[in-house]
Parts: sequence; C-alpha cells; structure tokens
Amino acid sequence: MRIFDPHIHMTSRTTDDYARMAAAGVAAVVEPSFWLGQPRTGPSSFTDYFDSLVGWEPYRAAQFGVVHHATIALNPKEANDPRCRPVLDLLPRYLDKDRVVAVGEIGYDSMTPEEDDAFERQLALAVEHELPALVHTPHRDKAAGTRRTLDLVKASGLEPGRVAVDHLNEVTVGLVHGSGCWMGFSIYPETKMSPPRMVELLRRYGTERVLVNSAADWGVSDPLLTLETAREMLAAGFDEDDVDQVMWRNPVEFYGQSGRLDLSAVTGAAEPTFAGSSIKRGGE
Amino acid sequence: MTPPERLRAALRDTPHAAWLEQALAEPGRFTRSFAAAGRRTGRAPLPGAPGWTADEAVRALLLESLPPGRAAAEAHDLYRHGDADEKRAVLKALPMLPAGADALPVTVPLLRDAIRTNDARLLAAALGPYAAHLDQAAWRQAVLKCVFMGVPLSEVDRLDERADAELAAMLAAFAAEREAAGRPMPGDAAALLGRLTGDRTPEET
Repeated sequence: MRIFDPHIHMTSRTTDDYARMAAAGVAAVVEPSFWLGQPRTGPSSFTDYFDSLVGWEPYRAAQFGVVHHATIALNPKEANDPRCRPVLDLLPRYLDKDRVVAVGEIGYDSMTPEEDDAFERQLALAVEHELPALVHTPHRDKAAGTRRTLDLVKASGLEPGRVAVDHLNEVTVGLVHGSGCWMGFSIYPETKMSPPRMVELLRRYGTERVLVNSAADWGVSDPLLTLETAREMLAAGFDEDDVDQVMWRNPVEFYGQSGRLDLSAVTGAAEPTFAGSSIKRGGE
Repeated sequence: MTPPERLRAALRDTPHAAWLEQALAEPGRFTRSFAAAGRRTGRAPLPGAPGWTADEAVRALLLESLPPGRAAAEAHDLYRHGDADEKRAVLKALPMLPAGADALPVTVPLLRDAIRTNDARLLAAALGPYAAHLDQAAWRQAVLKCVFMGVPLSEVDRLDERADAELAAMLAAFAAEREAAGRPMPGDAAALLGRLTGDRTPEET
C-alpha cells in the first residue's frame, strides 16, 4: 500500500517516526507551515522556519526514502500579531521555490478582521503564483468559519478545485462538498476525526476530492493514522483501488496542480545523494 | 575553456539553453528565474559537464552573468533565501562569479555556513575550488566532517596538495576513536591517512 500524507508537520516529529512511516508505506508527505505552539515574535523566525521547510526537512525525509514537499503561508493565528504580519511581504520569494506546492495553511482561527485581510491577501498570492491553497478551518465556531471561508474563496477568483478546506467533520463536510473545493480530514487519536467516522463519511460522500491526513505535529497525534484509516476502509468493504485513490492518487492530483510535485524519488529516478549521512548515524 | 564556457558548451543544443537565454533577457525577473530553474530544466546530470546537474549549470550561468558590482551581494542573497538546491548551485558557482578579492568577506561566509550544516550535499559543494579561500584550520575541520558524514573525499578539491601533518593527526585520532568503538574507518580516509604518514593503507596490506 502506498500512502501520501497531504498534511503533516514533520519538523515536530522524530527520525523514529520517519522510519515507521516509511515501513508503513508512507512514501510522500506535504508539510504545511503553521504555528509552532510557542508564538513567534518577528518575520525572521518565520523565514528561518520556511528555510527549514525547503532545506533541511526534505533532506532529513530523503534519508528515510520519504519525499517531502511544503506549503508556505502566514498562519491565521499569528496573522493577528502585528509583529508577525510583515512576513506577508516575504512570502512571494518562498512561493517560487521548487518544493512549495501550495499556499497554506491559511484560513481562520478567531475570524478577526486581521485574519480576513491575511486570508484574502494570501488567496491572491495563490492566484499570482499559480498555486493551490490549503485552508485550515477553526477549532471553535467551525461551521460559521467554514461558511465564511467558502465565501472568501469564491470572491478570490481561485478555482474551487484548487482549494482544499481542511479539518472537516460531519457538520462541515456537506458545505464543502457542495462548493467544489477539496475536502480535507485530519485523523486524530482523540479529537477532530477518527478512522471509523472517516470511513462512514467516505461511504456517504464518496472517494473523490477527499484528502485524508494525520496532521501529526507537536500535540497528541499519530503519523500512522492514515494507514489505520486505510485498513478501516478495507475492513468496511472498500477495495484496494478506492484506498489507493484516497491515500495516494487524490493528494497527487491536488498538489500536482502546482506543476511542482516531484515524485521521481518514489517512482524510480534517483536524485544525487551520498551514501552516508549524519542523521542515520553510523551509516547504516 | 573556462568553467563557464564548459557549462555553456554542455548546454548547447539542449532546451535548457533556450530557457537560460530567455531568463537572461529578463533581468527584472532574475530572482524568480533562479528559483524556478530546477523545475524548468530538471535536475538530471548534465552530459558534457561532469559533476553538474542541468539546474546547477543554468543557475551558475545566471550568477556568472551578473554585473561585477552586484554579483557577490546577489549570490549572498540567493544563498540566504535559497532552498537546498539553490544554495548548492550558489556554492558551486562561486569560482566563476565576476567578483574580485574584495568580495571575499561576502562570499567566504557562505562556505562557512554550508560547512556548519548537516546537509552532505552542501558540505561537499563548499569544498570545491573556492575552498582555496578557507583558512587551513577551517578547511581541515571541513575535511574531517566529510569523513564523519560519509561524504567521499573525492569531492574535496586539491585534497592531497593541501592535506598536512595536522590533518593526519586529526585523522589518526578519528581512526583510534572508530577502532575503540568497533566501527570501520571509511576506506578513502584510511587511504589518505596512509598517504600522509607514509604507511601502507589497510587495502594494500
């Protein structure tokens, strides 16, 4: 089974996770830029983070045979901090990078005017840089936030098929299904969405335009819940092809719209690397 | 042929040459072209230019085209905001940058930055011909780091010419640590140590 996790924060994960993911068939990941738990206080700590997402982290992932791409944005939470907002002017440079396959995570946290402005400006950047957009929906007041998200997307001129609206649940999925946007689901051990509930939603809404991710980060989360969901799908009567569509072909199709998804390392063509590395200490 | 001429010759009659020409004709989009080079030309090794990939070659020629007064500052900026492939291309292009000795305070720190990283590809790229501008202490540490990280010593420019007794002592100490840990010393490092101390290498015994 091949798995593409379309939303996972590998910066917060260990090499043990990479090894377990690779062994489980997770051959490709997209790491959206987001907040780090600890608030940042200025643009340069964002650019150091972005540098890591297009520099060190793909290199680290490659040591384990995992292909890594990123999405770049000012996240909704920190869009409210005037000390962080100047990073909006630095985004265009990063949105030109080879391994950046979308603008994201953008969207709403508390639905403030500052968030409206940052969201709108970054949707415009997606249009300008010919990139899809990955949109986070809020933890609180999720249904209202999702409606407002879809209104803003519509006004932006970005095609719905180039937008993924993430962290959906039973209450919000219908809104997004009707909009033509991609439906993202984050499978968490306790909150957001569970594998059995996910399978039920796949029964109701089908396997098209669906992205299933672990959204694993520095909180309680599990990078193998994509695999768990795939197994749950098979147990519920979905076939291997359905699983491959949801777990591999869908994310490839969504992020492939960037024209920058490079899966040659998975499909066979080798990139130049050296045998040893300082991550797999000992050169095994 | 100079190194840029060699790259230009290797690119001739490939679609990359046309793309490069177009990029050079739009100086206002220089930074965007430099970033996009990888997906425009691909990252395959360039036949006719051993050690170079297509994206590295066009990026190097973009840098080489800059006016002398701006080249070093531009290289520094592209490295600072570059992804790993862009950084590697900047490092490899440094010897062909149209800049004199007065640029060294701007360019040599890029080598030092690359040597501090744990990215084997950046470390190797920092030890090309431009490493002539590194002082001997920094160069020795970088060579030892190659051994530690498994970067082949064949990547190091002028290795035998520059290797000295101090490097031999460092390699011998490293070999002793490895032996104590029951782990092998990389063959190319053992061979270098042998050449420096006049001993036969393990491979030869």
